[in-house]
Amino acid sequence: MLLAEGLRHRFGAIRALDDVSFTVQPGQTLAVFGPNGAGKTTLLKVLAGLIQPQHGRAAVDGGRRAIGWIGHQPQLYGQLTVRENLRFWATLYDVQVPGDLLPRLGLEAHVDRPVRALSRGLVQRVAIARALVHDPPVLLLDEPFTGLDRVAAEALSRLLAEHAAAGRASVLVTHNVEEGTGLATDIAFMRAGRFVHLAPRAGRGAEQVSEDYRNAIA
Amino acid sequence: MRSPDLLRHAWAVASKDLLVEFRSRTAILSAAVFVVLVLVVFNFGRDPTAISNVDLAPSILWVTFTFAAILALNRAFQLELENQALDGLLLAPIERSSIYVGKLIANLVFVATIELIGVPLLALFFNVPVLSYLLPLGALIALATIGFVAVGTLFSAMTVRTRFAELLLPVLLLPFMIPPLSWAVLATGRVLAGRPLSEIAGWLNMLAVYDIVFVTLAIFLFPATVNE
Repeated sequence: MLLAEGLRHRFGAIRALDDVSFTVQPGQTLAVFGPNGAGKTTLLKVLAGLIQPQHGRAAVDGGRRAIGWIGHQPQLYGQLTVRENLRFWATLYDVQVPGDLLPRLGLEAHVDRPVRALSRGLVQRVAIARALVHDPPVLLLDEPFTGLDRVAAEALSRLLAEHAAAGRASVLVTHNVEEGTGLATDIAFMRAGRFVHLAPRAGRGAEQVSEDYRNAIA
Repeated sequence: MRSPDLLRHAWAVASKDLLVEFRSRTAILSAAVFVVLVLVVFNFGRDPTAISNVDLAPSILWVTFTFAAILALNRAFQLELENQALDGLLLAPIERSSIYVGKLIANLVFVATIELIGVPLLALFFNVPVLSYLLPLGALIALATIGFVAVGTLFSAMTVRTRFAELLLPVLLLPFMIPPLSWAVLATGRVLAGRPLSEIAGWLNMLAVYDIVFVTLAIFLFPATVNE
């Protein structure tokens, strides 16, 4: 479903990706943990086709249409309402906004409010709705919990669990081990553009993964 | 991808841009105020006995339009950076050229609005016979505007991720604007002087060729300019 093979990419002297390879199958959620500057966002952008890697290849079954992106930036227009934003993105994917999308995310009461008037948590929920508007089989998540309150974070976790249960694939990158572990079927640790650990989660809890992370990154 | 899809997606991008601008009105208001102020300053800063209005007006008109258009072009892709919406556009399964065409349409509407404000003010301040030559003047302005907005939209995309985008855009764009601008100034002078249309046909043709060449080039070059 998603393949990364020998990815290498540099920004000048900075090595952003260094021989990164993995596959993600339907139903799998790969959580990639790493400190700031480890190359996590570059990895996601390469998977999404936003950056052409200097070496190696990345492929997603179904191409760009198959990808939904949730980042810490919402990719929304503040002056437009929730409805107008979702309609715009749906048009680009040649779909209609699914009828159950807004109720699932608790956004019915806010559809006609401009995005700039919403709280950070609500904006992130609209960003999630934007990413799901075309029902993508692959989700790429870049620090998706940033700025979310506890309720919104739990709602996002629930949604991602549903996504995985429906046999879809996700790649989640974050520096926060606690918030990503519960969702993951597979765990990778990234340092200086390299995967220094890649293995199934195999029942490990957040504490165990945190300890493994500290040992691997140190 | 089929061209109806390209045009549909381009229209979606253009109408979104225009709606955003309609809601905020920041760029159009500042550009309109800029046009009014420049024309007022020129009106009071000239010596009417030294040079006739008909000779002076075309240069003032096009200098005003040029800088007002740069204000508009600067904001075209800035809007997409606010919440990283540009990444969303690039990720969408659409021809990247449709993003360019959409931005071009929105910028043309934007600049045309500024021009609609500027032309009557020019007639008012400089007492030039705009109404009598509305059709040829309109065609001339349209042809010149398409050319420099096409180039400006491309450069706006190229410079938007740079640190000094607002400075870099005019530095890159102005050299490319010199040919259409000089043809437009010369042709506008002839139109306002009541010369026969045959005298400006050559300039109109050159403007049309410039438009075709640069719109086509920009459509092909745009996908490469937005890659990180």
